[in-house]
Amino acid sequence: MSLDSVRAVALGFWTTLKHTLRPPVTLSYPEVKRQPALKFRGRHRLYATEDGLERCIGCELCAGACPSQAILVEAEENDPEHPVSPGERYARRYEINMIRCIFCGYCEEACPVDAIKLGPEYELSDFNRESFVYTKEMLLDPEKYAPRNQYHADVDRSIDERGVHTTLLETYRKHYPSSTYEDAPEARERR
Amino acid sequence: MPELAIDVIRSAVLILMLLTGMAYMTLFERRVIGRFQVRLGPNRTGPSGLLQPLADALKLFFKEDVFPAAADRLIYPIAPALALIAALASFAVIPLGPPLELGGVKIAPQIVDLPVSVLYLIGASSLGVYGLVFGGWASGSKYSLLGGLRAAAQVVSYELILGLAVVGVVMISGTLALGGIVDAQSRSVWYILLQPLGFALYFIGAVAEVNRAPFDLPEAESELVAGYHTEYSGMRFAMYYIAEYVNMITVSAVAATLFLGGWLGPFLPGPHWLLLKMLAFLFLFVWLRATLPRLRYDQLMGLSWSVLLPLGLLNVALTALAVAAFG
Repeated sequence: MSLDSVRAVALGFWTTLKHTLRPPVTLSYPEVKRQPALKFRGRHRLYATEDGLERCIGCELCAGACPSQAILVEAEENDPEHPVSPGERYARRYEINMIRCIFCGYCEEACPVDAIKLGPEYELSDFNRESFVYTKEMLLDPEKYAPRNQYHADVDRSIDERGVHTTLLETYRKHYPSSTYEDAPEARERR
Repeated sequence: MPELAIDVIRSAVLILMLLTGMAYMTLFERRVIGRFQVRLGPNRTGPSGLLQPLADALKLFFKEDVFPAAADRLIYPIAPALALIAALASFAVIPLGPPLELGGVKIAPQIVDLPVSVLYLIGASSLGVYGLVFGGWASGSKYSLLGGLRAAAQVVSYELILGLAVVGVVMISGTLALGGIVDAQSRSVWYILLQPLGFALYFIGAVAEVNRAPFDLPEAESELVAGYHTEYSGMRFAMYYIAEYVNMITVSAVAATLFLGGWLGPFLPGPHWLLLKMLAFLFLFVWLRATLPRLRYDQLMGLSWSVLLPLGLLNVALTALAVAAFG
């Protein structure tokens, strides 16, 4: 018990006391929500082109790339009069089993037309296995068709008191695939 | 027998106060240690978590009461009650404020004003150790046994320090009664000024006596699962838990009474001052837990016998000289 060790202990007490004055790092979760990072991989979304066609051409490359075989695609020929997608074929059935999905993002990497993207929504829990199978409608328009248990608009509009990532929803909505980047509204504005 | 009735009522009120205080001490500790760790602590049950102790108590009531096959049939259930009784009994001698006049009846501020209440306190805290040692032995588990052994050795070593630290106060005040010690401080100054070394020794001894961090070796969750109460569950576990927290409250009250003038203080009524001083000590307990890592067993013993004991003897000798010279 030299004087140095007494000093060291006193320094320790001072250090812990200083920590009580810091604001807690805890976010009170259901009321305050952390904004995910811009490249966060949450729930998938299928995109449409500017003129309302589904981007997906039913090539099944996403299903092939999926390491957990969570994606089911059944393709069909487009009716030339009333095409659903810009390509020859479209996805008659497009389902993702969210229990199997590991959110690796290989599907969006595999997609040749950038039809599928993983977004910021992460509150995806539910009570029934059935409700975890996402149909094409849910993926195209989750605001409208996603199960109510799983759709949380507040994730998107949560206000970060520190002012970080407040425009995330905008970013997500404007998350235009790269090939149509020139058609995106902000690109047009830039021109 | 109106006097007996008054005594019973006062005891019941005091026990209720202690149990409520203990329950809110757990919340206080969890919230404060949360802030030390830059987090919030429990704040969901009721406004700012104020109903958390109630929820904890309810949970413990509904827990299964496990009685291990290897446990001693008689001593295993008695041990936690022994710890709790000793913890509750110690508080009986602490003066909570100035004597009260109620309808011509003089009501003493403590349950009993023993002329030797300091000895009674040390005796009651020694009795509490039997709860830990018996519980550790009777559980029929090696972790419990090791915890109980540690409790025995630790408390015997640190009780000595505690006793020596108190001797200085007793010599200056010239009485063993806590009420008398408070009176003596009202005539001079708080004894922390006359006995700074004695105060430090008392507090270190008290932390070790109630098995709190950094002297929580009998529980040592990272080494001994939970030490002496490893095999206890439900309300039996709760009794140990209550005993630990009531002991913390008691040693805080004793420290306030012996060294900080007890209920003495300006403006506010006496009990408020005692409570404020106790809260300061309880905060210190939490602060200690948030800061210091647990001592190794040899460090614990070395600190007691080769550092604190000589210091305590020195303190007694110096105090005796000072009392002889100036007293």
